[in-house]
Amino acid sequence: MESVDLIYKAIYILVIFGITLLIATYSTYFERKIAAFIQDRVGPNRAGPAGLLQPLADAGKLFFKEDFIPTNANKALFIIGPGIAMLVATMSSAVIPFGDTLIVGGREIALQAINVNIGVLYVFGVVSLGVYGLMIGGWASNNKFSLLGAIRAASQNISYELAMGLSLIAVLMMTGSLSLREIAEQQAGFNWNIWYQPLGFLIFLVCAFAECNRTPFDLPESEAELIGGYHTEYGSMKLGMYLFAEYINIFVASAVMSTLYFGAYNFPFMENLRAAISDPVLANNVVTLIGVVVMFTKIFLFIFFFMWVRWTLPRFRYDQLMKLGWNILIPLAILNVILTGAAILLKEHLF
Amino acid sequence: MENVFYFLASLTLLCALMVVISKNPVHSIIFLIITFFTISGHYILLNAQFLAAVNIIVYAGAIMVLFLFVIMFLSISKNERDHKTSTITKITGTIAGGLLFIVMIAALKDAEVGSYNAENFDSQIGMVENLGKVLFTKYLLPFEIVSVLFLVAMVGAVMLGKKEVGDRHF
Repeated sequence: MESVDLIYKAIYILVIFGITLLIATYSTYFERKIAAFIQDRVGPNRAGPAGLLQPLADAGKLFFKEDFIPTNANKALFIIGPGIAMLVATMSSAVIPFGDTLIVGGREIALQAINVNIGVLYVFGVVSLGVYGLMIGGWASNNKFSLLGAIRAASQNISYELAMGLSLIAVLMMTGSLSLREIAEQQAGFNWNIWYQPLGFLIFLVCAFAECNRTPFDLPESEAELIGGYHTEYGSMKLGMYLFAEYINIFVASAVMSTLYFGAYNFPFMENLRAAISDPVLANNVVTLIGVVVMFTKIFLFIFFFMWVRWTLPRFRYDQLMKLGWNILIPLAILNVILTGAAILLKEHLF
Repeated sequence: MENVFYFLASLTLLCALMVVISKNPVHSIIFLIITFFTISGHYILLNAQFLAAVNIIVYAGAIMVLFLFVIMFLSISKNERDHKTSTITKITGTIAGGLLFIVMIAALKDAEVGSYNAENFDSQIGMVENLGKVLFTKYLLPFEIVSVLFLVAMVGAVMLGKKEVGDRHF
């Protein structure tokens, strides 16, 4: 790899990292604003115009609070816990294609940090590691409520990973590739996977909620029964890191869902637009830039959906959660795989 | 490349050793997780990305979570941890370990390091497509038998966990 490419990659990774953190920061603000809207309140409006500086004020407060560690906690693991949660959360955006290729000065620049041919598996692996931060933190707190939260998180994540993996398999059967870029390219124009995989998308969506520990699946931190769940003993920025990791997870889950099912950076009539501009380089760049905007619009819509559901639906009971995962979602996902396979075979025979 | 290999290999051995040495079982599990990561690093060095990812998903992502889960439930008490090993256990342990060491030296003394032919070596052999093709053509029967074995294990687990008639729910 040339040094120019390396420098570009470094810049791109830093930009994506910054955007991830920025979106996570402002997700906290918009969550409160949306909650206020749904509950007919005003929401944060003191810090800055329309309360826009609220996330900064919150972060400042969290940084300056006392960094408290319980006496009988396992000190090293207590500190490592939120770190792991944060690290794992920021890892998965590396393989997501946020846009097509830009052409600058005759050099093609792919808007994706790393293009591996196992992109889907990478995301899946990182998601399955996400639970360690919660488990280690909850166990190290040496508190029964934290431990219960950690155990709930572990069993919930493992249960829903199965259905998630099975719903992914149907997509992979259709596209025949594990590379997220290839999956995105195959959905050019308006040929999105959601039209072929509505059931698979529904299963994936429910599992994504469960993997992010969002309402109605936020049993690991349900304040009504477990005080704060796995982060009962946490305070100051360590608590902030846990909350931050949750918002980053939502961002990544939204990005993965828009890539797998909603055509990533593709938008309707993109080929018409490309043909309308006479200069091919300019056409490519314009289409790519609009594609990036479209991708982020889709991501924001999904993030909004996550928040909308949180302030609308009540929480599941734990046995209902397990029943939904094992008795409903997994059989449905297997059915979806069988239906997809049958459809692929039939298509070969009929056309 | 060689330096990366030596670094990874020593890290793997160190973490594997820490799994055995650690007094706290939760620390042992965390070191075991790091060991799986370094092994995945070896797979990536061998250009076997699929194996690396699956190793992380299956071992680090699922099996070790269950290990951690069980250990957290057991919550080994402090007295048990400080329990002194008797002299006779130490002596038998040393003898058994020494014997294993001799057997390994005897076995590895005459072992030859496999060589590969650089000209007809296919560097893409570890990619998903090639692995899938090999599994579903050359090794189809073993592959299917393994899946039947998994099914049997699953049925067995369900049998063991099933509630009998008249069992209490909690």
